[in-house]
Amino acid sequence: MIALHLKKLPLTRETSLLILAYLYLPIFVLIAYSFNANRSATVWTEFSFAWYARILANPSIQTAALNSIIVAGIATVCATLIALLAALATYRPFYGQKMVEGGINLPLILPEIVTAVATLLLFMALGIKLGLLTVIVAHIGFCIPFAYLPIRARLNDLDKSLLEAANDLYANPWQCFRRVTLPLLWPAVLSGAVLAFVVSLDDFIMTFFVAGPGSTTLPVYIFSAIKSGVTPEINAISTLMLVISIVLVVLSFWLGQRGKAQTR
Amino acid sequence: MSVSTQSPAMSRLLLLSPVVLTLLALIAIPLGIMGYISLLPRNLYGGVDWQADWQLQSYVKLFFQEGFDGELELNWVYAQALLRSVAQAGGTTLLCFVFGFPVALWMTGLAPRQRSLMVLLITIPFWTNLLIRNYAWLIILREQGWIAQSINALLPQAGGITLLYNDFAVSVGLVYSFLPFMILPIYSTLEKLDWRLVEAAYDLGANRWKALRRVILPLSMPGVIAGALLVFVPSLGAFITPAILGGGKTLMIGNLIQQQFGTARNWPLGSSLSFLLLGILMLALVLYALYSRKTAKTIRRGAAA
Amino acid sequence: MEHRASVEVQCVSKRYTDDPDVAPALDEVSVNIAHNEFFTLLGPSGCGKTTLLRTIAGFEHVTSGEIRIGGQRVNDLPPFKRRVNTVFQSYALFPHMTVAENIAFGLEMQGLERKAIPARVKEMLALVQMEHLARRKPAELSGGQQQRVALARALAPRPDVLLLDEPLSALDLKLRKEMQVELKRVQQEAGITFIFVTHDQEEALTLSDRIAVMSSGKILQIGGPNDIYERPQHPFVAHFIGDINLLPGDLRRGHDNQSLFRPTGLNVDIPCHPHPRFGSAPVQLAFRPERSKLVDPSQPHHLRAVIEAVLYVGTATLYQCRLSNNAKVMLRESNEGLNGARTVGESVAVHLPPHACLLMEA
Repeated sequence: MIALHLKKLPLTRETSLLILAYLYLPIFVLIAYSFNANRSATVWTEFSFAWYARILANPSIQTAALNSIIVAGIATVCATLIALLAALATYRPFYGQKMVEGGINLPLILPEIVTAVATLLLFMALGIKLGLLTVIVAHIGFCIPFAYLPIRARLNDLDKSLLEAANDLYANPWQCFRRVTLPLLWPAVLSGAVLAFVVSLDDFIMTFFVAGPGSTTLPVYIFSAIKSGVTPEINAISTLMLVISIVLVVLSFWLGQRGKAQTR
Repeated sequence: MSVSTQSPAMSRLLLLSPVVLTLLALIAIPLGIMGYISLLPRNLYGGVDWQADWQLQSYVKLFFQEGFDGELELNWVYAQALLRSVAQAGGTTLLCFVFGFPVALWMTGLAPRQRSLMVLLITIPFWTNLLIRNYAWLIILREQGWIAQSINALLPQAGGITLLYNDFAVSVGLVYSFLPFMILPIYSTLEKLDWRLVEAAYDLGANRWKALRRVILPLSMPGVIAGALLVFVPSLGAFITPAILGGGKTLMIGNLIQQQFGTARNWPLGSSLSFLLLGILMLALVLYALYSRKTAKTIRRGAAA
Repeated sequence: MEHRASVEVQCVSKRYTDDPDVAPALDEVSVNIAHNEFFTLLGPSGCGKTTLLRTIAGFEHVTSGEIRIGGQRVNDLPPFKRRVNTVFQSYALFPHMTVAENIAFGLEMQGLERKAIPARVKEMLALVQMEHLARRKPAELSGGQQQRVALARALAPRPDVLLLDEPLSALDLKLRKEMQVELKRVQQEAGITFIFVTHDQEEALTLSDRIAVMSSGKILQIGGPNDIYERPQHPFVAHFIGDINLLPGDLRRGHDNQSLFRPTGLNVDIPCHPHPRFGSAPVQLAFRPERSKLVDPSQPHHLRAVIEAVLYVGTATLYQCRLSNNAKVMLRESNEGLNGARTVGESVAVHLPPHACLLMEA
């Protein structure tokens, strides 16, 4: 730790705390209002779970939530599986590796509005009816890089002599994968899957374009609700979604740390 | 290098085929179709005329319109939206740098545990729903919100300032959405920075600001540039923030694209707008690639010397 | 017990690139390793010893040549089909399995009867004296304990050959000495061929039945520890194992047909037993520091030297001396008799008995 004081420039601390407040203030305001008994939302009257009770009883929110979970669940499983296979393939260098990895990360670089529109046109051109299936298929695409990156990172850190040791101890490639590679990768696979799930659950733009009637997800429901004004119900459902995302991300972070500790 | 019973190239092909097929089906082919549609005329019912010959009309329409006498005149509608988007994205990038750099700098001075906590705190908003986070700003900035109320109470002569549905609100939302993308890359370069160089600068008589400007900032440039790219790219294609916090007047290119596939039902124009957006991003990426190749070379030269 | 070779390496080469300017990792290496032999591959890092071990294990394909294990050609067999197990330098214990599970892994993969596994695991744990730690995870073990588990795991499937890749290099000196004794005991108890890779010459001399000294992808000399130390055939071998002095010069015959070596620039003939393969080609005389004797400078037919530095090393004293042709030699004298400390600047004569003199190609 050299020259710690050199790093401490004036105002950086104040700016940082301000920025942290900037990042979290809206989230806290939203959460606070979701518990406000008063409908007008400008005045705080008393603490209440009323809005949560209302959204839980709202059938269109129930459908949207179910759709969200179905889409995120299936897209996550498919994307994680594809990402796991891809990570195993790109683990050792080969000709064209850069191109493949660049391709996998493409959904992160392309503006989502463009991919969304292009995917919509694909379904239109093929004459596929928009519905839950189109949403799931579209979600798989952008979930892959989120599942791929943690798995790939863990594979990189994996002590290669462990795989050689398994091979040496009469494990054929499948047994080696099943008994050594997969158990060691598992925390990273879970961590990647959780991230993919969060990203899919939170997605709005892609779903907005490729969802058909009856396949509305929660974010799309929230968007249309916002368009007609701020209501305590939106605050409550938004709060629920935020909390779910944060819990899942912290879980993924924890899984990643655990995996790191294990392969060391 | 373990030896498997199959040839390694064969098993790699098998493992890669799902991802390659998915990417082809969900990115390459859709973009190809979009390119094709951008070259077709729209038909009367809002779709496209698949049988028509290729034409460049939808690209011409981005900048020109047919006047009354059939002559082409400059059309500023889309160019303005484009310029506004570039300006918004550029401004967002600059603001993210101004606010993000001190945070990254401050983080490097923390104890390791606090640092990883900060990284987590900076990362969490990224993983939460963008739509909801922008909606939260809608609550804060709206007319009945306490900020607008208090400003107008303090400045009654201003005649009712609105904070929402304007460029200001869009800027707040964009900076808020993409600030983590600036902080994290800068932090990771600053973390690896050799602080003895800064000590050397002090030793040679630089004060703190000079050391910052002449040593720390130039050395953290790779992180700054990477962060700028990561902020600029999604800001330029932003759709949610202007849709929620911007009014009808503050359209960005992303909203224009959406309109063509929604109410306007002009697919060819929407497609050509998408390619225009992709073109600008491509330019930014190429500039970035050139920059990183140059810095890689300088670093190599520095290491060789 | 059959006495044919356990591992035969025939003219094996390994190249990582097709570039002819890059030296091969293995350059036409041939060696036969006998049953139950403790065979050591010794050499500096990058000499190809680990590559040779890895080709025997099956982790690397050979570019040319043939490897046989128990008489069977294994060139195209993957590692999991070779009756050979490896103790890795990093131990490579599976972090997600307990000690017992690690040891059982190879047995399960081999398809050993489920019922027979616990007994074998127990037996192996006893062999390495680790019974009490069977339920621990590798991360909860010390380096020496991990080493023992790695050894037990590799021995459990009863391989024909055990390969050990610098297994002791991560241990501290004291533990390393203990493990050396342990390894030798286990090898004798298990009755398995050990092929041991190390860069530590002392370790090689202590443990091995035979040693192959490698450099730049080639085996320079194969022999018992005594051979390698006493009769190095190559300057590299002589240098790598112990200290040695080399003096260039030429060989001639004296009047009673005795071979005499005359160092370049000196007027002294040193009687020696030349290897028959040397004619009158330029040769060099090699001798170990401890095999020379420092004698009274008045005697004839000895090398004259002046002491330039005195290094006390406990059991002995080392003298760095300069001969009159300006060549430097290192001499070692036991401190046992305490023949009086010699001092810097003192003139001495060096007596080289014929058995101490080795001749090598220059």
